[in-house]
Amino acid sequence: MLKLIAFRIAQAIPVMLVVAVLTFLLMHLLPGDPATIIAGDQADQASIDQIRRDLGLDRPVPVQLWHWIVNLAQGDFGRSLMLNQAVADAVKERLPVTLSLAMLAFAITLPFGIAFGVIAAVWRDTWVDSAVMILALVGVSVPNFWIAILSVILFSVTLGWLPSAGYVPLHDSFSGWLASLIQPAVVLALFQIGYLARMTRSAMLDVLDQDYIRTARAKGVAVNTIIVKHAFRNTLMQVVTVAGYILSLLIGGSVVIEQIFALPGIGRLLVQAIMARDYPVVQGTMLLLGFAFVFINILIDLIYAYVDPRVRYD
Amino acid sequence: MLQIENLSVDFRVDSGWISSVTDVSFTLGPRASLGIVGESGSGKSVTALSVLRLHAARNTRMRGRIMFDGQDLLTLPERRMREIRGRDIAMIFQDPMHSLNPVLTIGDQIGETLRIHQKLDAAAAQKAAIGLLDMVRIPDAARRVTDYPHQLSGGMRQRVMIAMAIACRPRLLIADEPTTALDVTVQAQILDLLRDLREEIGMSVILISHDLGLVAEFAERVLVMYAGELVEEAPSLTMFARPAHPYSEGLLKAIPSADEDVGRLYAIPGRIPDPGRRPPGCNFAPRCPLVQPACTAAPPPLATMEPGHLIRCPVRLAAMETTG
Amino acid sequence: MTDATTLPAAAMPPRSARRRILMRRLWRHRSFRVGAGIVAVIVLMAVAAPLLSGGQPNAMSLRNRFAPPSADFIFGADNFGRDIFTRVLYGARISLWIGFASAMLAAAGGALVGMASAWFRKLDGIIMRIMDALLAFPAILLAIGINAALGPQVSSVIIALASAYVPRMARIVRAAALVVRELDYVDAARVSGAGAGRIIFRHILPNVMAPLLVSVTFVFAYAILAEAALSFLGIGPPPPHPSWGNIIAEGRDYSVEAWWIMLFPGLAISLAALGMNLLGDGLRDVLDPRLKIEA
Repeated sequence: MLKLIAFRIAQAIPVMLVVAVLTFLLMHLLPGDPATIIAGDQADQASIDQIRRDLGLDRPVPVQLWHWIVNLAQGDFGRSLMLNQAVADAVKERLPVTLSLAMLAFAITLPFGIAFGVIAAVWRDTWVDSAVMILALVGVSVPNFWIAILSVILFSVTLGWLPSAGYVPLHDSFSGWLASLIQPAVVLALFQIGYLARMTRSAMLDVLDQDYIRTARAKGVAVNTIIVKHAFRNTLMQVVTVAGYILSLLIGGSVVIEQIFALPGIGRLLVQAIMARDYPVVQGTMLLLGFAFVFINILIDLIYAYVDPRVRYD
Repeated sequence: MLQIENLSVDFRVDSGWISSVTDVSFTLGPRASLGIVGESGSGKSVTALSVLRLHAARNTRMRGRIMFDGQDLLTLPERRMREIRGRDIAMIFQDPMHSLNPVLTIGDQIGETLRIHQKLDAAAAQKAAIGLLDMVRIPDAARRVTDYPHQLSGGMRQRVMIAMAIACRPRLLIADEPTTALDVTVQAQILDLLRDLREEIGMSVILISHDLGLVAEFAERVLVMYAGELVEEAPSLTMFARPAHPYSEGLLKAIPSADEDVGRLYAIPGRIPDPGRRPPGCNFAPRCPLVQPACTAAPPPLATMEPGHLIRCPVRLAAMETTG
Repeated sequence: MTDATTLPAAAMPPRSARRRILMRRLWRHRSFRVGAGIVAVIVLMAVAAPLLSGGQPNAMSLRNRFAPPSADFIFGADNFGRDIFTRVLYGARISLWIGFASAMLAAAGGALVGMASAWFRKLDGIIMRIMDALLAFPAILLAIGINAALGPQVSSVIIALASAYVPRMARIVRAAALVVRELDYVDAARVSGAGAGRIIFRHILPNVMAPLLVSVTFVFAYAILAEAALSFLGIGPPPPHPSWGNIIAEGRDYSVEAWWIMLFPGLAISLAALGMNLLGDGLRDVLDPRLKIEA
């Protein structure tokens, strides 16, 4: 197991390097000069040149790339233009919000998505299956920011049950924290529940057709035991893979949802930075998020290995 | 002990129901051995799975009676059926690679039968599993019991399947092509093991195979199935020495013998008709060397040729009667 | 693996007959029929927008500010008195075009990258590392990043969404192409001296069409949703382009008093995405049941 961990981390390093280079290139090779963009439409040539020198943009691209990588290795992700703050600090401040939101949504997604998928598979081709799958399909077809607005109208404005905006840190008040996040988290989870239910169902159907399920039935194992112990244990491998992917999607999705509920998370930082043309922040947040996703993938691989004896013992 | 009367099995397809097994009847006493032979698609596995009612209920329709110890298994409630599965009637399958659950240890899977039917606790079941692994001659059973299926060879896995099946000392074991997926040398070992266990436990065995030679060697009596129907039933010796149905003759000719070149293996020309596309008369008529005009007109009945020897071929029956 | 890739070419019925059989099976598939119906209606309405509504999508009328749904304004009017029905109709043109163009561009890019990766084994490692790195990002985030660099225009939204889905397409195509690559007739073609380009386009491309087509429909659905999200964030097609996401974004401030502004474009997005998803489900069940698609 230790060897596997070491191996996966070693494997992740080149991917992270590529992520770093791609994020750099994204901001440097695409049309448009960052300095001009930062300076704004009305700026004169002198101030543009000044900005260019400040940011080191006057140097050749490979040199800039080298500096970018070296700084990254030292934990320096650049400095924000609008916040007068290091990018790493700005991200660190907002990380708990986004993580809270994503993890809460994740905690909502897993039980519902899995339960719906398993139920649909077990009752395949009945009205239960159709009903669950239609719901799941609606879940993956409805834009979440739109549902978010409708939800605010209903639960915050009309019923007044939940706050419509703002964030309460966990260490201030648990109930406040939960109240501030439950609505965005549920909205965020809707798409993923549908997605996970569809994936779980198809994985369950695959497994239920396997010979070893017939073996279990021939032994006289009860239906519920077959579903949980024999079938679901085998779909767990696929569910773990999808779940990791879903965690990434939730973090991505929170970018949009944070706007609606005015949650001061990374997504809001990213969008503000794009609007303010604060390109070091854009670059830095993209990169950190990229690293986070690579890390999630490693975690998934390790859980996968733990769940599947065939991987664990090889 | 087991008495199957007029069993028919239909499966649901897109366009309605198709008949897979038609009007099969046979009996099996205690401590007896019976072989069922036929090509794939002959309905032999479907018949076997019907005994344990292992077909997907929503796509299957079964008619007739399967009497076991005086009760009709087809009308038994699912809960009662579950008590019989694994305890009184056990089954092993063709493909040991896929018949074991990849995420559970073999000890867990063998012990599960005992935990269900004999209410053993986990420790006792584990201990019993080691004993059973010994019984199916897996060396170093105490260490092997915590292995996962992927750590075992195909032959070993089939032994594990057998251990699982005999855990509750069932009175009937159905072995559905237990050696097809294995090497020839391993095949012989597995059959020897089954023979010994049959003696030791005193159970009846139904062996299903496409290989008439293998079945005739193992079982006292042999049934030959074709396109969902019984076409011949006879004692093994008779079946080996003088099969009466032209299909059985073909199967016998198709057995590879040790001194023959594998490349020149005999194969019956043509292929088994798909269910739903069966001919109006005798199912075998399109491939039959003895076919007569009457054969394609109406389905032939299963008739007694001599006591204990039944065939579904009026042409051969008539020929036997005239030659005496 | 599908039957089409395992059967030798000679054993298959002629191409036209095969296509007829596939079409019949597709048409029997309920979700395909429903999905195709929904998509067809939306496309027709987008094409026929000028016939269905006499007005212009950006025609303002201060007299009709916040007019609720009525016989004159069946979807109501917005804060500039613009007819929401007309805007949603014309918005369909933009949103569908962005969805279609980015799905096609992603498919083309994915097919090229995937097949190159499967064929030129030396490139495979590096290409797949880059794809892995891109795949680490959720598509929406990648699209946000790329779009941030390109600036808010319709074309950059298309490029951003397409680039976000290229790695996903590439992976599917590569997997399919690797299977085809090992088939005997491809070997035969290689031995007989056919060039890489010829083999890729004559033998491999036709065989990866099925998974590619299925992915295109799903990516189309995701792209419609992603475009709406980008517009909503203010980095989509710039206003006053009546893309569905823009209409919702503009209506958001009035969502309590004038709910109709954001309600109808949201329904339009949901319906379009639902139609494409249903269509994709049908195509997948018939063409390539084992395919797994990532959002």
